[in-house]
Amino acid sequence: MVTDISTTEEVAERLRSVGYLSDDGLATVAYLALSMHRPLLLEGDPGTGKTSLAEALADSLGRPLIRLQCYEGIDVSQALYDWDFTKQILHLRTLEATSAAGAHAPEDVERSLFDERFLLARPILQALRDGPSVLLIDEIDRADDEFEAFLLEVLSTNQVSIPELGTIRAAHPPVVVLTSNRTRELHDALKRRCLYHWIDHPSFEREVAIVRARLPGVPQRLAEQVVGVVQRLRNEENLLKPPGVAETLDWSRALVQLGHTDLDLASAAASIGAVCKYREDLDRVRDSLNRLLAA
Amino acid sequence: MPNSPEALLVGFAHALSAAGLPVTSDRTHTFIDAASRLGIGRRDHVYWAGRATFCSCPDDIAGFSRTFDAWFTPDESGGSRPAHEAPSTVTQAALEPGDGTGEDDDALAATVASAEETLRHRDVATLSQAEKVLLDRQFRSLTVRAPTRRARRTEPYGHARIDTVRTMRDQLRRAGEPGPLRFQRNRIRQRRLVLLIDVSGSMKNYADSLLRLAHRVVHSTEHTTEVFTLGTRLTRVTRALRTIDPDRALLLAGEAVPDWSGGTRLGDVLGAFLDLWGQRGMARGAVVVIASDGWERGDPELLADQMRRLSSVARKVFWSNPHRGKAGFTPTQGGMAAALPHVDSLVAGHSLAAFAELLEMIADA
Repeated sequence: MVTDISTTEEVAERLRSVGYLSDDGLATVAYLALSMHRPLLLEGDPGTGKTSLAEALADSLGRPLIRLQCYEGIDVSQALYDWDFTKQILHLRTLEATSAAGAHAPEDVERSLFDERFLLARPILQALRDGPSVLLIDEIDRADDEFEAFLLEVLSTNQVSIPELGTIRAAHPPVVVLTSNRTRELHDALKRRCLYHWIDHPSFEREVAIVRARLPGVPQRLAEQVVGVVQRLRNEENLLKPPGVAETLDWSRALVQLGHTDLDLASAAASIGAVCKYREDLDRVRDSLNRLLAA
Repeated sequence: MPNSPEALLVGFAHALSAAGLPVTSDRTHTFIDAASRLGIGRRDHVYWAGRATFCSCPDDIAGFSRTFDAWFTPDESGGSRPAHEAPSTVTQAALEPGDGTGEDDDALAATVASAEETLRHRDVATLSQAEKVLLDRQFRSLTVRAPTRRARRTEPYGHARIDTVRTMRDQLRRAGEPGPLRFQRNRIRQRRLVLLIDVSGSMKNYADSLLRLAHRVVHSTEHTTEVFTLGTRLTRVTRALRTIDPDRALLLAGEAVPDWSGGTRLGDVLGAFLDLWGQRGMARGAVVVIASDGWERGDPELLADQMRRLSSVARKVFWSNPHRGKAGFTPTQGGMAAALPHVDSLVAGHSLAAFAELLEMIADA
């Protein structure tokens, strides 16, 4: 439970203190997620800071971040728990070797096999069992429908049952952040459980501020130049993959690494690979760099 | 205008529902809870509380903001104002008047339809009950098999690959005594199927049947089919087609599509599909079917570019052209010719038999 945060501004302030600049909408929704104990479902273009919001939340609340990366075919044994077979067999062998035959009742042996020691806690079980945490369920749209249904059950009750052990209930429900790239529509039941937020690309001023906050070594002038060009690439150039904030940061970092304090044609052309990842995009941007830099 | 804060918020929820957002009573409940936590004194607080609880995809946001403005803007005239923002098909379809007529109609004139075909293409709203039943039965007679792919997970099978985990688990059950080996193979899952249906003026006679076909496919696969309409813009109609009754589903889809019987800009619209959905993952490894006559109003060069993008992410791209099945057809229209090099197969799409053949190809993709 997060009881020490009582206003939207405080959430924004805390996020800022760990280098994540949120706008009003995001701070408000994050505050609601914390105070209503609802999962937060984030959607937005790649590179707009969905995953880093979860990281920043964990950082600012002083909680560990537990991450579950979803993929096609993910199942309960990868998300929740699994039994450590090798250790169980070793345990059996040890029992065999150290005791005379018949010393142990079969039921006792069996019970000792399904002990917490042999339980491999996967991300969701970890988040429920170990104190307060932030649980990031990344790219939920990549997992299958059935997995979503299972997730729904866990998220709404904050507990899981393991047949051999019993029910494990979270003493401190984790703060849950789900991200989706919209490769498929999520179930309405899941969406209804969550608070929804669409993260847009930041404005010019905010993006400059983000660069300055994340990379203090980048001079103000360079940050403004880089963001200016990236925003024009994003909005006007009709690229196959418009650059996100992540690309802006990469590019700024690359320029500083190369020892540039000013964005000119030579330095831009040399490092443009940090922004454009498709050959078609590269060609188009190289052709129009002159024009973009002149602005 | 209602007076108490709660009534005002509940009224807003009703207005949203009328504007076509997925409002349910538990969502309304969450919204009121969220708004009261933030304090309803500030306009932006109510806005964000509503947006986080009522919207569930980016398409919802514009409608939400419009309704919000209409509901919470102080009303000078004093009277209550209708908050209905029901999606109107007529006004938006008129955006491109006259498009999709002219030469396209000549192409249609060449279409010779049998009596049965006429029935299939008539407006759903004017069909009699008996006709509806007949149509329904015709489409039900089509066999739909989803294309398949190998999944990551495995199942017991055959004698080729040893399943170490299951073998060990069995052995464990016998307290470590060795026993027979267990075998496995990768499971088979349904592959994603994306149907892109051209609803421009030149496809007017086929759009209805194609949507019916899409409805049949959506209901015969396990949430792996996505349907979009193409015209002057891109519209996702999967949600409408999930409605079980085919006639109602078609009506809903018709309401969702703003550019019914308008012009065609295949290149642009296909580009939009790839940007918004396809490249992110929906078309990756999927079987994509484009149902269109290939009449392109835009630049064929652009269409060729987008088709190349599509074919580089999709597993198979099929193009179903209603004119393909007719005598004397050659794929020479600008759009069709430009798209052809990036299409795995060009198939007919003018009759039930052609649909059955298309479904065969999809299943074997």
